[in-house]
Amino acid sequence: MRIAGKGIIDRGQTVGFRFDGRDYTGFDGDTLASALLAGGVRLFGRSFKYHRPRGVVTAGSEEPSALVTVGQGAAQVPNVRATVQEIYANLEARSQNRWPSLSLDVMEVNDLLAPFFSAGFYYKTFMWPRSFWEKLYEPMIRRAAGLGALSGKSNEEVYEKAWAFCDLLVVGSGPAGLIAALAAGRAGASVILAEEDQAMGGRLLAECEEVGGKPGHLWVADVLAELKGLPNVRLMTRTTITGAYDGGTYGALERVGLHVARPPKDLPRECFWRIVAKRAILASGAQERQIAFPMNDRPGVMTAGAVRAYLNRWGVAAGQSVTIFANNDDAHRTARDLAAAGVKVAAVIDVREDAPVAGDWKTYAGAQVVGTSGRLALREITIRTAAGAEEKIATDCLAVSGGWNPTLHLTCHLNGRPTWRDDIAAFVPVPGMVPGLEAVGAANGTMSTAAALAEGLAGAGAALQSLGLKGAKLDLPQAENGGARLQAYWQVPDAKGRAWLDLANDVTTKDVRLAAQEGFRSVEHMKRYTTQGMAPDQGKNSNVAALAVLADATGRGIPETGLTTFRPPYVPVSIAALGAGGQGMGFAPQRFTTSHKAACERGAPMIEAGLWYRPSYFPRPGEATWRQSCDREVALVRNRVGICDVSTLGKIDIQGPDAGRFLDFLYTNTFSTLQPGRVRYGLMLREDGLVMDDGTTARLASDHYLMTTTTAAAGQVMRHLDFVQQAFCPDWKVRAVSVTEQWAQFAIAGPLAHELLNSLLDAPLDDKAFPFLSCGSVRLGGGEARLFRISFSGELGYEIAVPARYGEALYRDLVARAESFGGCAYGMEALNVLRIEKGFITHAEIHGRVTAFDVGLQGMMSQKKDFIGKAASQRPGLLGEAREQLVGLKPLAPEKPIGAGAHLFDPGAAPIRQNDQGYVTSVCWSPTLSTHLGLAFLRNGRARLGQSVRLVDHMRGTDFLCEVTNPVFFDPEGGRARG
Amino acid sequence: MRIPCPLCGPRDRREFYYYGSDDYLNRPGEDAPPEAWDDHLHLRDNPAGLTRDLWYHEQGCAAWIELHRNTVTHEILSARLVAERAGAAGANGASTGTSRKKAAAPAKGTKA
Ligand SMILES: [Zn+2]
Repeated sequence: MRIAGKGIIDRGQTVGFRFDGRDYTGFDGDTLASALLAGGVRLFGRSFKYHRPRGVVTAGSEEPSALVTVGQGAAQVPNVRATVQEIYANLEARSQNRWPSLSLDVMEVNDLLAPFFSAGFYYKTFMWPRSFWEKLYEPMIRRAAGLGALSGKSNEEVYEKAWAFCDLLVVGSGPAGLIAALAAGRAGASVILAEEDQAMGGRLLAECEEVGGKPGHLWVADVLAELKGLPNVRLMTRTTITGAYDGGTYGALERVGLHVARPPKDLPRECFWRIVAKRAILASGAQERQIAFPMNDRPGVMTAGAVRAYLNRWGVAAGQSVTIFANNDDAHRTARDLAAAGVKVAAVIDVREDAPVAGDWKTYAGAQVVGTSGRLALREITIRTAAGAEEKIATDCLAVSGGWNPTLHLTCHLNGRPTWRDDIAAFVPVPGMVPGLEAVGAANGTMSTAAALAEGLAGAGAALQSLGLKGAKLDLPQAENGGARLQAYWQVPDAKGRAWLDLANDVTTKDVRLAAQEGFRSVEHMKRYTTQGMAPDQGKNSNVAALAVLADATGRGIPETGLTTFRPPYVPVSIAALGAGGQGMGFAPQRFTTSHKAACERGAPMIEAGLWYRPSYFPRPGEATWRQSCDREVALVRNRVGICDVSTLGKIDIQGPDAGRFLDFLYTNTFSTLQPGRVRYGLMLREDGLVMDDGTTARLASDHYLMTTTTAAAGQVMRHLDFVQQAFCPDWKVRAVSVTEQWAQFAIAGPLAHELLNSLLDAPLDDKAFPFLSCGSVRLGGGEARLFRISFSGELGYEIAVPARYGEALYRDLVARAESFGGCAYGMEALNVLRIEKGFITHAEIHGRVTAFDVGLQGMMSQKKDFIGKAASQRPGLLGEAREQLVGLKPLAPEKPIGAGAHLFDPGAAPIRQNDQGYVTSVCWSPTLSTHLGLAFLRNGRARLGQSVRLVDHMRGTDFLCEVTNPVFFDPEGGRARG
Repeated sequence: MRIPCPLCGPRDRREFYYYGSDDYLNRPGEDAPPEAWDDHLHLRDNPAGLTRDLWYHEQGCAAWIELHRNTVTHEILSARLVAERAGAAGANGASTGTSRKKAAAPAKGTKA
């Protein structure tokens, strides 16, 4: 019910929305909870386990009960707190965990079975038989117990992530936070003030009290007006700080578009921030807690502070005849505010004998609430008076206050433990729990507004001092300075019926006592056994009370019993926000070569090579399978000429007088003796003696080398070069930098390669002056290019490199010329066949467990110098007959395909692990030799050339004999490449 | 976690590649006994508390950095460039490197 003239939201604009298919209206600034309460709705959902009717309990993000589903289709979001969701035109919200409807829920039967559903019932009831768990029990329980559901569809909405940096992060905008932000802002610090709510002000928006001689919310408005004028202050509403991390980093979730009626398509729904702050002030306030009494979960039972918030901020009376149940003075303000607004206060029940009698309503001192009734919402409570008599009081709203817990969660995120304060019966932070973060105000257990203001100002002063900034003058405004007189009180004793602690997970005091009785006395054990505090609210409303009940049941004090650990995130964070940008193809960056577009235009399917995309093959009309295209491309390279983009290989530019010496230390073989204008194949080991990478390195000038790495190891090799240089030879005159992206490089391979090249170059190339393994500068189209005479196909071959901006044009030109010579573009499949026919290794062979000896390159290990990996490569066990050595395999029947990963056995030996002799690494059909081929590692393989081995592929079901051969199947003398 | 790169200033740890203990800097000589190489390659302490380890500013300046930090509190005490550490290899480092275990290094009681 909305009260005329009450509240501070703007009633100029009505907003229509729907809940469970019914139309409602509210105002700008309403949450779903305030608007529905104003519309007389009290039943919001069904509870997790017992399907009990539930209503709104709080007015903030800690809400345990009023969880709804918002939106439809793929954009449907479950478990949205009605107390956080703002209404907007045509908002669609639905209740959860009920069927067929909210008021008639057949699973309500669970409530009657409650005696069987006590703590640990899953473990006890569904233990046996074991096989029933997955098929029967779990699906059944999941259907019956639960909250809202995801749509199961891919969500196409936009989420964002962002970074922010500041001198001072202020968390929370109540009196303490506002004055801290103002003091720091005036002093010139860069400030971020983050507020979870849609509006700044904290409790000052929810209470009737004056600050600086004016109503609290007007003081807030004045401070905000000044803060908005300060360019060094950033105000972030709808932004929850979700976690505190090392080095002054904070996670934050901003609700950017969740309150917008028709958001533009590119407006993010939420943004996940990482805020780096030199200092932080935690002014997150406090959260009110319940008292456990029988049937305290009915819709209409709320926190007293929430009842005041709905009244003072939104102008909504949460009931028509309100009762109050409390253990402290603060809660009596509820009666005062309600009465002043003309709402009937039926009674104030205070557990303390000396409860204040403050107004024109009936106060029961030393009394307790011992029961409630009302099927779908509260109708009546039963109280026990100080004299022990039971009385019934008609009421539709019971405002409960068991005191306030400082919202200290962030201070615990780096493993700090808070301390217990008896006077407020609550845990408070200890300074230094999060380095650089100071808690002030109610978050620090300082409950009066005047004291909170003073502490906020002092906190800002300390932060400014550590930032080296001078504080500006700021006078503390006058404010309420009442003490929060309170008597610790957690549960009503000797009362019949279930008393809830954790409303979100349906945990009662009986469950906690049962856990203690069954030996789960540690608070961490009790939590897991009962699920206390494990629901979406993470026990914000109930952990301390549950702990008190456990302490009572185990005969210990609360500080000794200890608190469970608060971990990030403080509120639920959607995976979509955390992983913003990472959906679908956003999961990994895509790297494209300069020829990508030209290759796609030719219909080439792309294959991923790390982050790169490379063409598999180039289908021509009439070719039905990849094999037909591949076979044709191989044949054309062997007989005419082919073009392949090899830009993805890593290229590292190495310069300086000590460059040759540096390469000698990196490679197993020697590069300082290489003449300028020449290229050499090099092998690189890891320090443990195993092969890291291989590739060619060209000496472009006496102090200038260009190294190539494999595509796969480009990053690893660059890292390695930097490490070796900085760690072992920092004062050598040499520097290395990756130029992979700067150059486009294309292989021209085949007998007609030289002819094609000469058709392209400004001046023809003299074959004799540019023999195999030469490099140099050439001119084409008036520009300069680098030419290397190297071959990964075994044919006469060149690789030509141009600055990347010319890559696409050159590639198109090269392919057109190749076609005019009867050749073609070739892709990764053909490239792979060509290199297997030649026995060239890739990372399929140098997979991290092989040595130079294993791949037959032991001759490349120089005896004359030290190099990385030299000492370790000589270790026993890395050499000799027991090693699996690289060999070629040919099936005795050439048409039998060899499978990669197949294992090798002696002919006649059983194909079991104990008899294993090796394995296959690379396979292909060789159109050149008309047979299937394989490269393999075979125990003592080089001594077994010409023998037969049994090849067994358990996965593909093949089993046949192969001949062991030299791994170089084609042109073993290498005459074709040398020309 | 923020890592204070001596060249770039404090940066998010996602920009860095983690390698491991600074033991990797103490490369035994070519002729060192197998035990020295075994120790260098494979045997590491697992300290709860102060440690020195190596990070590479891969998405930044490409500097290798030696961090002195606390694995329990996550406090970072200091950072310096590997290339500028005291007693760095020098001109003769790579070719005739000898074991340069720091005198201050904790005793490796767990290592055989
Ligand atoms: Zn850097």
